[in-house]
Amino acid sequence: MSISNLQVDKATGAEGSALSVKSQNRQKSRISLAMVSPSVLVLLVWMIVPLAMTIYFSLIRYNLLYPGDEPFVGLENYYYFLTDEGFAAGAFNTLYLVLAVLVISVVFGVLIAVLVDNEFWGRGIVRVLLISPFFIMPTVSALVWKNLLLHPVSGVFAAVWRFFGAQPIDWFAQYPMGAIIMIVSWQWVPFAVLLLMTAMQSLDQEQKDAARLDGAGPLAIFWHITLPHLMRPIAVVIMIETIFLLSIFAEIFTTTGGGPGYATTNLAFLIYTQALLQFDVGMASAGGLIAVIIANIAAFILIRLIGKNLTDKP
Amino acid sequence: MLTLKQTRQLRTVLLGTLGWLVALVVFFPIFWMILTSFKTEIEAFSSPPQLFFTPTLDNYIEINGRSSYLTYAWNSVVVSFGSTFIGMLLAVPAAYSMAFFETKRTKSTLLWMLSTKMLPPVGVLVPIYLLFKDFGLLDTRTGLVIIYTLINLPIMVWMIYTYFKEIPKDILEAARLDGATPMQEIVRVLLPISKGGLASTVLLALILSWNEAFWSLNLTASSAAPLTALVASYSSPEGLFWAKLSAVSTLACAPILIFGWLSQKQLVRGLSFGAVK
Repeated sequence: MSISNLQVDKATGAEGSALSVKSQNRQKSRISLAMVSPSVLVLLVWMIVPLAMTIYFSLIRYNLLYPGDEPFVGLENYYYFLTDEGFAAGAFNTLYLVLAVLVISVVFGVLIAVLVDNEFWGRGIVRVLLISPFFIMPTVSALVWKNLLLHPVSGVFAAVWRFFGAQPIDWFAQYPMGAIIMIVSWQWVPFAVLLLMTAMQSLDQEQKDAARLDGAGPLAIFWHITLPHLMRPIAVVIMIETIFLLSIFAEIFTTTGGGPGYATTNLAFLIYTQALLQFDVGMASAGGLIAVIIANIAAFILIRLIGKNLTDKP
Repeated sequence: MLTLKQTRQLRTVLLGTLGWLVALVVFFPIFWMILTSFKTEIEAFSSPPQLFFTPTLDNYIEINGRSSYLTYAWNSVVVSFGSTFIGMLLAVPAAYSMAFFETKRTKSTLLWMLSTKMLPPVGVLVPIYLLFKDFGLLDTRTGLVIIYTLINLPIMVWMIYTYFKEIPKDILEAARLDGATPMQEIVRVLLPISKGGLASTVLLALILSWNEAFWSLNLTASSAAPLTALVASYSSPEGLFWAKLSAVSTLACAPILIFGWLSQKQLVRGLSFGAVK
């Protein structure tokens, strides 16, 4: 990333003689360069050094349990990682988790944002309650849900099921992925609500009133006025949630440990088990690179689909 | 037949009730966690769950005996405030220069910074772990501060940039004509005007690093472990532990929850990188 020839002529004022402006500009450009470069440099190092190491490790046989023997093996690690039964499960679970939580948070986010846009008593408190889960740390949400709510004997859900005369569900045994999706959605729906309900406030009220006078029903107003208005914030929600959801880790680490079997293992967790539990650095690095590639494909598609929404200010 | 006014009132009541219902359901897990933290372990495990009981503070006392809560809390405080402070030192000048000396490259530099966030942490877990091992940074607060500064820096630069962009350039030019150096411009003019924006950047960075749970679980063991790791240590059950888990969780979340409540309005812009106002 070369930012050596910053041009600042346009930015500075037109006051003073041409000569002094020029030398002033040169000084300004040096100073402004000096101000950006620390951030750019540390991020560049942060991106390139570990990535280069990952690429190198992925091409050698390197297990921390057998030090001293690190031959170059070409693409062997990739071959083993991609053909491992964990990979297919991990890739599927990663996409499943991301898509399920995205759909849930957008749908519920929009519905709740529209609901609390109406005037009613105590709306301020309702909003605060609604966004609270977003501030809870992942390890807490996971453990509170697992032990206090979803527990098949003493959990609140079990009590509700028994109250209606139904057999309580052992969530983590019967629907492990469903349980994870529930927990992660509980954390991320509030994020969507927070963004969408702020966006609702800038919706043109007169437009809605005019439509109502023309005889449009609530559904028509929602479909033709509210939803188009929310497209941009929805794009933002999808973009940001995808970044975080692709690397969900703590919720799995503290509840299921990836199991039963590979039922809740996503790529992040799979690579973690290979690296820090089996000490297979080579294979974990190959997996890490594959995760990077998948994230880049997702980012590329997302930016093509919605990126315009993000950078072009209306 | 209802009059128009009556239908409107009925609508308000119905929607209000529905709104409250949804909010209470969403908030219930947090409410239940706080409630359980004041129960005895027997009450916490009882089925059906008890709503009424004699509250006790025993759990809060006991979790301190099991593992020193304050050590973990102190680690969380040091790591989140440390990384936020260093992040601000790096981000404010960068955002200043990008907002007021914009070039053709500014937009792409910003997008590139953001793209480093797209890099999934597992992709670099192995090298970071090994580098940390070699440099003696494993299980140190310094190590976590470095990581958190780096992962939050793009968001901080982006956020401050959007705030600075809204400041009229004339104000800075006036200061410049009075002979102010760029440093003086930042400290005397820019910072006072953008106090609110900078404060919400700080808040967001604090929240993100307080709740971060990938690096903290993988890079710390005991001496530098923050609250996220303390809570995770309750994932292997040891007899009855529901009430204690609730107490430790409540303590770990309370500060950030209150932070979040107080700053929800300002946070929106930060969380959406300025795209939603």
